Amino acid sequence: MTTSTTRAADPAASGPSITRGRPAASSSRSGSGGVGAERPSLVATGVLVLGALYSLIPIVWVLFAASKSADELFSTFTFAPSTFLLENVQDLFAYRDGLFLRWAGNTVLYAVGGALLSTLVSAAAGYGLALFDFRGKKLFFNLILAGVLLPAVILAVPQYLLFAQAGLANTYWAVLLPSILNPYGIYLARIYAGASVPREMIEAARTDGAGELRIFSRFAVPMMMPGLVTVFLFQFVGIWNNYMLPYIMLGDDSLFPITVGLSTLMNQGASQPAMYTTVITGALVSIIPLIALFLLLQKYWQSDLTGGAVKG
Amino acid sequence: MSAPTTTTASSLRRRTDRFGYVFIAPAAICFLAFLAVPIVYALYVSFRREQVVGLGPGAGGRTEVWAGLGNYAAVLADSEFLASALRALVYGLVLVPTMLGLALLFALLLDSRRARLRRLARIAIFLPYAVPAVISSLLWGFLYLPGTSPFHFLAEAVGGGLPDVLSPQLVLLAIANIGIWGGTGFNMVVLYTSLRSVPSELYEAATLDGCSELQTAVRIKVPMILPSLIMTCVFSIIATLQVFAEPMLLRPLTNSISTTWSPLMKIYRDAFTENDIYTASAGSVLVALATFVISFGFLRLVRSQAFAQEER
Repeated sequence: MTTSTTRAADPAASGPSITRGRPAASSSRSGSGGVGAERPSLVATGVLVLGALYSLIPIVWVLFAASKSADELFSTFTFAPSTFLLENVQDLFAYRDGLFLRWAGNTVLYAVGGALLSTLVSAAAGYGLALFDFRGKKLFFNLILAGVLLPAVILAVPQYLLFAQAGLANTYWAVLLPSILNPYGIYLARIYAGASVPREMIEAARTDGAGELRIFSRFAVPMMMPGLVTVFLFQFVGIWNNYMLPYIMLGDDSLFPITVGLSTLMNQGASQPAMYTTVITGALVSIIPLIALFLLLQKYWQSDLTGGAVKG
Repeated sequence: MSAPTTTTASSLRRRTDRFGYVFIAPAAICFLAFLAVPIVYALYVSFRREQVVGLGPGAGGRTEVWAGLGNYAAVLADSEFLASALRALVYGLVLVPTMLGLALLFALLLDSRRARLRRLARIAIFLPYAVPAVISSLLWGFLYLPGTSPFHFLAEAVGGGLPDVLSPQLVLLAIANIGIWGGTGFNMVVLYTSLRSVPSELYEAATLDGCSELQTAVRIKVPMILPSLIMTCVFSIIATLQVFAEPMLLRPLTNSISTTWSPLMKIYRDAFTENDIYTASAGSVLVALATFVISFGFLRLVRSQAFAQEER
């Protein structure tokens, strides 16, 4: 428990500190002398390689499968490449006048737009909770904590009914608005704000006559930034992964995100197997940018994600 | 109230502290609109039912009346719901220990000095986290389908055969595998990050005392990261009880998955196919309650264990 609290006090630093922490740690370990002799272990390496292979199989498979024509998909060995990739991608983009591109655009709107709004709201709330004392603060924070553990299942049906009554079901708002609230993001932002924004600096800015909103946007947000990137990524993945919300809320397929769109194509595949090629190509096209994004932003995933959560 | 200066200072403080409300306001509004109100509404609806007034099924012939606990009794007596709840439990019992066991194993290997290819393995094993459940389900679906599966192809090439994992007996494992594939890497990174915050002097001393690497891992590293392990466990339990996307996406490929395979699928069908929002709401509340009971029960259990260990 003591370790968790020390880590909780310092999670914001772990984003950037990781990059300098890693080489330092490894050099100190290897430099610590002949302890244990560091013989490479075949078993240890082998297990890691097996894990890596298991993780890569579906991703490698989709690369090959997307290069096949509809006939080849069921007739040739799956890891035998073919030459139809470009045609498949063209077919995908041509499907119903570019519906797939529309889904891609919607996905960006929901996931990037929703996560940006969510991060902003979380940052403000976390900052307010960490640096201000006001009545009801404890109650609000406890409600947020309860929200972290709340299973989304209880929200799906009533959210739909309420949005339907407000005339907002089957609109962009129906998916965007519920995505703004992220209790876990607020919780993380509070920790980041407490750890990275010094109170003295805020007092100094106040004495200089800076307004509260200006202090927040000019000083606090940049200081919290590494942590906020993590909050953003969390919510981005959360929205992009959430199948049930758009599936329930949306009826018009021009509003679908990629996930719901591909699932409807998959259902059509049961009666027209040629659709499977479109589904597979769609899957490939949509995971490539995500994988690229993940590789680029790797270090932000290594900050201590749950360490701070073990407090209550 | 002796010195007027302190009064102005404290009134300034109170004025600035009031800005705390400004900063939490957007989050509080979202919390109310998208979380608190829907929950209250779900609870309300779960105690209501529709009553047919008069004889005909005319449009005006229905009114809403109080149902007491009637909907809850109906849900708990519904064999389809109970079967789906049982499946979700078995699914969770397969998924959570396997996924976290693998995540812990990989994290320990990444932290071990004797494994090679660690950086590569870490990236590869984390990569599935970039793939949303909908897409990983359809990729695995094709890897399961005998017509497109490389495993079946290879088994037939050497004259053998493989059991059909989409058969009613095995489909639960097929769905669990998708969850394991998607979740292991993320949990691995969480555990690995907290392993690296364990001060290395701790286990260097153990190594000098002659502890093998395995002993160090089990006796020192695992207990040190127990808080992170517990939190990943709680979050995994909450997620598994809400399994929805994976069975929905595999459904077009097999007859083994009914429309009420998981509790959430059952709730979805009640609400949107049967138009029975009352039963669906009662079902949602029950699943949420069960999730709370299981995750808090788990927390209590491990906490009492952890304290017992501390006292020793």
